[in-house]
Amino acid sequence: MSTFIDDWGELLWKGIIETFQMTSISLIIAILIGVPLGIAVVLTRPGQLLANRVVYQILNIMINIVRSIPFIILLFFIIPFTKYIVGTTIGVQGIIVPLVLYTAPYIARLMESAFLEVDQGVIEAYKAMGMKKRQIIWHVLLREARPSMILGLTLAVISLIGATAMAGLVGGGGLGDIAYRYGFQQYKTELMYVVVAMLIILVQIIQTIGNRWAARLKRN
Amino acid sequence: MIELKNIKKTFKSNKKLITAVDGVSISVKEGEIHGVIGYSGAGKSTLIRCVNLLEAPTEGEVLINGENLLELSSEELRKVRGGIGMIFQHFNLLQTVTVYDNIAIPLKLSGVAKKDLKVRVEKYLEIVGLSDRAANYPSQLSGGQKQRVAIARALSLEPKILLSDEATSALDPETTDSILDLLLKINRELGITILLITHEMNVIQKICDEVYVMENGQVVEQGPTLELFAKPEHPTTRKFLNTISQRQLSDTLIETLNVSGAVTRLTFVGQSTGKPALAEISKRFAVTPNILAANIIELKNGIVGNITVHLEGDAIALKKALNYLRDVGIRIEQLGGQIR
Repeated sequence: MSTFIDDWGELLWKGIIETFQMTSISLIIAILIGVPLGIAVVLTRPGQLLANRVVYQILNIMINIVRSIPFIILLFFIIPFTKYIVGTTIGVQGIIVPLVLYTAPYIARLMESAFLEVDQGVIEAYKAMGMKKRQIIWHVLLREARPSMILGLTLAVISLIGATAMAGLVGGGGLGDIAYRYGFQQYKTELMYVVVAMLIILVQIIQTIGNRWAARLKRN
Repeated sequence: MIELKNIKKTFKSNKKLITAVDGVSISVKEGEIHGVIGYSGAGKSTLIRCVNLLEAPTEGEVLINGENLLELSSEELRKVRGGIGMIFQHFNLLQTVTVYDNIAIPLKLSGVAKKDLKVRVEKYLEIVGLSDRAANYPSQLSGGQKQRVAIARALSLEPKILLSDEATSALDPETTDSILDLLLKINRELGITILLITHEMNVIQKICDEVYVMENGQVVEQGPTLELFAKPEHPTTRKFLNTISQRQLSDTLIETLNVSGAVTRLTFVGQSTGKPALAEISKRFAVTPNILAANIIELKNGIVGNITVHLEGDAIALKKALNYLRDVGIRIEQLGGQIR
C-alpha cells in the first residue's frame, strides 16, 4: 500500500487536479452557454412566451448536429477551431474547447426538459396578474425549474468527467489519461483499478450532492 | 363592469376549424356575481379566458369599465390585467416557495414598496384565514388551503374584478362550501365583482346573482338565478337542476298514476309555500293531493320550492283545482301529458 502511494501518489494527485481543472473550467463555460441556450429553446417553442418557429428550429437543429458527433471524433474534428480559439490543441487548455462544445448542447437539452416541467398554469397565473415576460422567466420559470436544473447539471458533470477521461488523447492529462497510458498501455493493472475506483467514488459523491440539493429546493 | 359583446373564438386543430365560443354576450355589473355553467367542452373556460385576454377572441369586444381591451397596447393590457384577479382549478401556486412568498413575489413584481409588503401579505392571509400558514410550502397544505392562498394572492393586488376558472372543481363538497363562503365574503366586504365558470349547480345556487347556461359554445339560457331555478326552459338547464334536486320520476310511475288523476309539479318562488294551497284545493274541490316528492332550494337571493304531487280526482275537479293553483301564483307543470 505505502509503496503504491510512494510510486504513484504524486501522479494520481496531479491527475485529480487536472480532472478537476478540466471539469470545472469547461463546466462553468458550458453552463454559461448551455443554460441561456436551453432557455432560448424553450421560450421560442410553439405556444411558449416568445414563440418563434424559425429561431426554435435553427437552435434545435444546431444542438442536434453537435450532439450527434461522438466526443472522440469531435475532439479531432474541431482541432483547427480549437487552435483558432485558444492557440493550442494540447494540454488542459486544448481540451477545454471540445469539452465545452460537447457539454453545452447537452446542458441546453437538460435545461429544456427542466423548464418544460414547470407548470404552465403558474405561468398563466402570472400572465393573468399582468406580469412582464422578463419577470415570468426569472421569477416563475427559473425559480420553479431549479430542482430539475440541479439534477440535470449533475448529469452533465458526470458525463463531463467521462469525457475528460478521453482528454489524454490530446495530452490533456487527468485521471482517465493515467488509467489509459499506465494502466492499459503499460499493463499497470492495479493502477487502472485504483483510478476506476476513484472515478466511481467521485461520481457517487456528485450524484448524492445533486440529489440532496434538488430535494431541498423541491420542498416536497 | 365586465362586458363581453358577441364573443367568438375559433381554433385550428388538425386543419379543422373548431368554434369554441360562438357569439356569447355577457354583462356583469359592479358588485355582482355571475356564473357560467356548462359541461366540459361547452366553451366556458375559453370564454372566461377571453375576459383578460389570456385568449384573444376571434370576433367581438371585451369591455372592462367601458375600455375595449382589444384596442390596448400590450403594456396597457398588462396594467388592466393587474386589476383583474384570477383563480384556477389547480391553484397554480409556486411550489418552491412559501405561502408568504407566493403572495409577496407578485406584489414585489408589481411595484409594492418593500416596507408595505409584510402588512399587505398579512392582511390578505388574515382575510382567507391562513395567517398561521405563512411559513409553510404549498405541498404541506390541503387543496382548500391552497385555493385560499391563490385567493389571497389574487386579492392582494387589490383588483376590482375576480375571475374564477372552476376554482372549486378539484375540491370536496365541504371544502367547496367554505371556498364559496369566502368568495361571498370578499364580494360583500370588498365589493369585488366576480365572474365564475363551473360545472357544479350548487356553486351557482349558493353565490350567483345571474347565471348563463352554456352548450356548444353558445349561451342557451340565461337570467337571474332565482328565475332560472324556478322556470328552467332549456333541457340542459333542467339536467343541471336535476343534479341538485331530484326532480324526475320514472315515466312508468307517472303513467300509472295519471290513470287516476294528474301528476303535477308545483313550483313556488320566495315566501309562498305550497302546503296551504294544497290543503285549500282538497277542501274546495273533490281532489286529494298526494305528495310524491318535495324539495326546497336555497339560493343566494331567495328560495325556490318544488312539490311533485299526485292529484286524485275526476277531470272537472282537477281542472278547477289546477286553475285555482295557477291563480294563487304557483307555477304548474303537468308531467306525462294533459289530463284526459
